[in-house]
Amino acid sequence: MGAGDDARFNKIGHSMMCTCGCGQILLECNHVGCQSSDKMRNELIAALDRGDNNDLIMQGFVQNYGPTVIAAPTATGFNRVAWIMPFVALTLGMAFVVAVVRSWKNKPTPALADGITISDGDELDDYKRKARKETDQ
Amino acid sequence: MSQIGSFALLLALGLSAYSFLAGILALFGRDAGSMRLGETARRAGIAAFGAVLLAAVVLVLSAFRDDFSIAYIFHHSNRELPAAYKFAVLWSGQEGSLLFWSLLLGGYGFVLRLRYKTDQRLFAHASVVIAAVQVFFLMILNFAAHPFAIMEGALPPDGNGLNPLLQYPEMVIHPPMLYLGYVGFTVPFAFALGALIMRYPGEKWIHITRRWTMVTWCFLTIGVFLGAHWAYAVLGWGGYWGWDPVENASLMPWLTGTAFLHSVMMQEKRGMLKVWNMWLIFSTFLLSMLGTFLTRSGVISSVHAFAQSSIGNWFIVFMVLTLATCIFFFVKNKSHLKSEHKLEALVSRESSFLFNNLLLLVACFTVLWGTFFPILSEWVQGHKVTVGAPFFNRVAVPVALLLLLLTAVGPLLAWRKTSIDSLKRNFLLPAVGAVSIGIVMIIFGVRPLEDPSYFYATMAAVLSMLVIFTVISEFIRGGRVIAGKSQMNLFAAMAHLWHRNTRRYGGYVVHFGVALVVIGILGTPFNKEVEKEMGFGDKINIGPYTLVCQSYTQEDNPNYGNEWAIINVFRGGKQVTTMYPERRFYKSSGQPQTLPRIYPSFKEDLLLVTDLYLVYEGINETTGRPIIKAHLNPMVPWIWTGLIVMVFGTITALIPNAAPVRVTVPARVEPQTVGAGD
Repeated sequence: MGAGDDARFNKIGHSMMCTCGCGQILLECNHVGCQSSDKMRNELIAALDRGDNNDLIMQGFVQNYGPTVIAAPTATGFNRVAWIMPFVALTLGMAFVVAVVRSWKNKPTPALADGITISDGDELDDYKRKARKETDQ
Repeated sequence: MSQIGSFALLLALGLSAYSFLAGILALFGRDAGSMRLGETARRAGIAAFGAVLLAAVVLVLSAFRDDFSIAYIFHHSNRELPAAYKFAVLWSGQEGSLLFWSLLLGGYGFVLRLRYKTDQRLFAHASVVIAAVQVFFLMILNFAAHPFAIMEGALPPDGNGLNPLLQYPEMVIHPPMLYLGYVGFTVPFAFALGALIMRYPGEKWIHITRRWTMVTWCFLTIGVFLGAHWAYAVLGWGGYWGWDPVENASLMPWLTGTAFLHSVMMQEKRGMLKVWNMWLIFSTFLLSMLGTFLTRSGVISSVHAFAQSSIGNWFIVFMVLTLATCIFFFVKNKSHLKSEHKLEALVSRESSFLFNNLLLLVACFTVLWGTFFPILSEWVQGHKVTVGAPFFNRVAVPVALLLLLLTAVGPLLAWRKTSIDSLKRNFLLPAVGAVSIGIVMIIFGVRPLEDPSYFYATMAAVLSMLVIFTVISEFIRGGRVIAGKSQMNLFAAMAHLWHRNTRRYGGYVVHFGVALVVIGILGTPFNKEVEKEMGFGDKINIGPYTLVCQSYTQEDNPNYGNEWAIINVFRGGKQVTTMYPERRFYKSSGQPQTLPRIYPSFKEDLLLVTDLYLVYEGINETTGRPIIKAHLNPMVPWIWTGLIVMVFGTITALIPNAAPVRVTVPARVEPQTVGAGD
């Protein structure tokens, strides 16, 4: 294999699982005498030597070992849902939090007992400036 | 012995069931009779702990006595097993680990029931909830996974032995830590549910459970990281986190527990997020249960999982019942959980906590989703797909980076409202420092746009440094104020500041530790590895190191036989160390184990420390020479350093605050008290 093939070997080998049942990435399986990983590595090297492109190599492995040989869901069909959902959750969550923050901000202030007033606006800012000045010095 | 153990378990079940039922009855009344009944329930709970402890002691003693008439001991121990690992037999199998769960829960319940005078009624409610959980575990132990089941037929001369992967010193500590974390969340859960049931006024339950939660979180953190370190030091694949379902199971309650530790401050200080906190702690408890279920049900294949068994169904029923109970009391009493304050500004500590919680929950959802997607795929498509490390790395890393950004910015925001000016003032220097680190990385050859992993590594470095710089700047800023008013030197002032608000500054130290952990992780894209068959005098060159095989040999001892190589490590022409990568073959189980050797380059590289990691892969049977795999893993030692810092920060956050002191001030100025806000 050439230098470019080394990089491809590394990349493809890290995107596939060893099929011996160890649950490890192909190039990370280190079981003593693991027949699966040695065989699969040799097949990968042979495919690279033949000049197969990445997609063709992956297809070949899926045909031989089944879809679980790929370490992550493909971006096709229902498998897309696996990739999309976390970002959907993040987006919906962000929207929810923004909505909550806005609703809280617009919530009316509870009425106070007679005679009690809360400083607001410039007056409050003045107090805060004074407090900051005292604590920053 | 087995009869004593079995009797102790039955007794524990009876006592726990009494504690639960009598405890419930006692809660309905307020007369003297109910008080007496409640007291008997409390004492039964305490006695149940004694009975579970007896059962656990009997099981461990049986391991020490090599009592192979007990099936569990036969399957998980053998005569030559070293004494320390005979203790570990208690949690190395399905039945024993459930007994260990029950023992820890009994221990937590014991402490809680002894401290009942803090608030008798709230503690009585919490005690009932804990008794209910204990009844569940003891029912499994008595009827589904009995640790004292007897071997059928002739008594075997020796046992199968402990799984070789578990015969490692950390394995004596890792499961207990993890379990202390899992089980410990039962306590804040019990208080939360108890407070909801009795419509407990105020936030006192949160004050009571704060330390429990922090201690529990600390145990879970240690457990998760020890697990990662064990994987690194024992499994021999050169990594520490494989996104295995069982690893994920421990991460999920950690994420929600972390969210709870943050958001609970909003309830304490501002009376907000009451519903949110209630559900966060409910979720954390349920996720702890889910983790226990995942390891035991066989529903998801994992390298860590115990054998498949029917107890998964017990867990499903228990989780459904727990969820139904939580929903019922929430719907019944939700009017009790109204917020007392409104949010005053978008740029405030409150909103940063909200976003922090959102990101932690999205991270938790991502892990949950990825863990269960293979099952979903099988339902929908008819076949399973693998959801492994490439998926999690790609999806979870952006969320983690956002979280890191909030970790940096959050502490700079004030409660209620923060002016943009003050944010700029506090943020500018740390930001400049962090961006400079990114620029230095690019100057030294990191190309963030060349590969997504390099981009993530650069971003992680910048954001971690931002966290570190903001933490340092917060200490310096606060220290200067104290030093200016009390004539202390800056370091003494910072120490004093820390002691005056241990929770706040302990929390900052935890953030510092998290940043170190991220720095340790970001080295992954720069890992290197070389594999070579090595005869006498053969060399491997990897990074700055030259490895020379001095010798290889094999030995035999009663528990295992082993092979190892002696590798001299040179750097710049000078020998820096000798390493002994090893492989063992355990006789009783017939299983092999790899023992990688690790050399962290603290002495040579200091901040840019790298692990040299050698694995004895096996012997080439044709030539008889060993195959050695060398990994160079940059920055990994920072992960373990970060853990130590996180634990230190948590412990200091548990120390009570020192009272504010009156500072010496010049004449004609009014004396004033310097306090520290949170």
